[in-house]
Amino acid sequence: MIRIALLVAGKDLRIERRSRVLLWQVLPFGVTGLLLSGLALGPTQAGHSSAAPGLFYLVMLLVALLMINRSQVIEGSTGTKTSIATLGLDPAGVFLGKALALAVELWLTGAVLLAGSVLFLHTALSGTLSALPSVAVTLGALGAAGSLYGALSGGGQGPATLLPMLSLPAFAPLLIAGERSFSAALRHGSIWRWWVISLVALVAYLALGILLYGVLEES
Amino acid sequence: MSNASPVVELRDAVVMIGGFPLLSGVTVEMAPRSLTVVTGANGAGKTSLLRLLGGLITLSRGYGVVSGVDLKTGDLRELRRRVGWLGHEGSFYDDLSAEENLTFAAKALQRPIGEIAVVLERVGLSRRSSTPAKKLSAGQRRRLGLAWLLLRRPETWLLDEPYASLDDEGRTFFDDLIGDVVAGGATVVVSAHDPLRSDSLAPRTLTLAGGLVVGDDG
Repeated sequence: MIRIALLVAGKDLRIERRSRVLLWQVLPFGVTGLLLSGLALGPTQAGHSSAAPGLFYLVMLLVALLMINRSQVIEGSTGTKTSIATLGLDPAGVFLGKALALAVELWLTGAVLLAGSVLFLHTALSGTLSALPSVAVTLGALGAAGSLYGALSGGGQGPATLLPMLSLPAFAPLLIAGERSFSAALRHGSIWRWWVISLVALVAYLALGILLYGVLEES
Repeated sequence: MSNASPVVELRDAVVMIGGFPLLSGVTVEMAPRSLTVVTGANGAGKTSLLRLLGGLITLSRGYGVVSGVDLKTGDLRELRRRVGWLGHEGSFYDDLSAEENLTFAAKALQRPIGEIAVVLERVGLSRRSSTPAKKLSAGQRRRLGLAWLLLRRPETWLLDEPYASLDDEGRTFFDDLIGDVVAGGATVVVSAHDPLRSDSLAPRTLTLAGGLVVGDDG
């Protein structure tokens, strides 16, 4: 399972590096979203910092939806699906690989957008840095949930609107926990209570994906 | 037909998708080391028959065994490991090169990476090994599909309209390779709009219409 997971993750990341969709389309979209959020808050810096965690996760949500869709579309054509199906890959390994690749992409994007939140939303650098463990776990959980719901919404062949509709209820607790944790870090409070919620969600989505991904693929 | 147990055995096989019959009661046997061409008009059920033989769609009614796997009660994932599929649409990761696509398959199947250069040479793609799949021509993509199958060495080859948009040289290359594969012990099932016009192969031809076998020269 781990061998297949690393193989699939490596393949997905190689495809992203080659296609540069993440670099030239998704990342600029996220940075622009954060910049516009900063402009919408007005010229003074008052209130920026308190709104920053929510805005950061809102932009990450939009970016994640694009990435999840992209992660499924690269497997999308009927011919590719059929060819890969005849390799008989362990579905749990495929799920873990796709979740890992998605998490790596979200971590890279999250790092850039955290820097963007310091620049555009004027969050304190020290508070932003101390939020890193929580952001990493929350985005990892978003990657796991995204891979599961990406398959549930038709694996790149379903209607584009289905993924947001299905996944938002699942993503909401993650985003709330992430936002609370980030806010706590900016106030120099304890992030760990909310961090644990993200961690439990990460483990739960990984377990669900390992159990259900094969069934979703078959259906 | 030889006396060996058939690789494919279908009796009154019905495949329904969304209440619509894709196959309406197909009865056919295919021997090991045989070449069968399935012909028929669009919508006759050619691709559905191939997908059923590959365990890629489920048998709704009737009886079916392929490579020893019962299509109703057997492990279809195991059956899929034993078949190779080449579709007329793209079958690869477009942004990966020919070599990277084959490397993925080789690593997944734990085959020696060294075999990749051999199969690329065999299908005449050595010079295009680093070209992304999306930049290959239709004929080259078909050859890459064959390289993928040569690397996998499946028991049963299911080729869905492999001759579409191939020139004469490409068709001859395909015929030669299919002949070698059958001689090597594999069972090959090819779907095509028209009967094969090959000088080197003498396949059995099944004709489908409306999800039924309406002609069998074997």
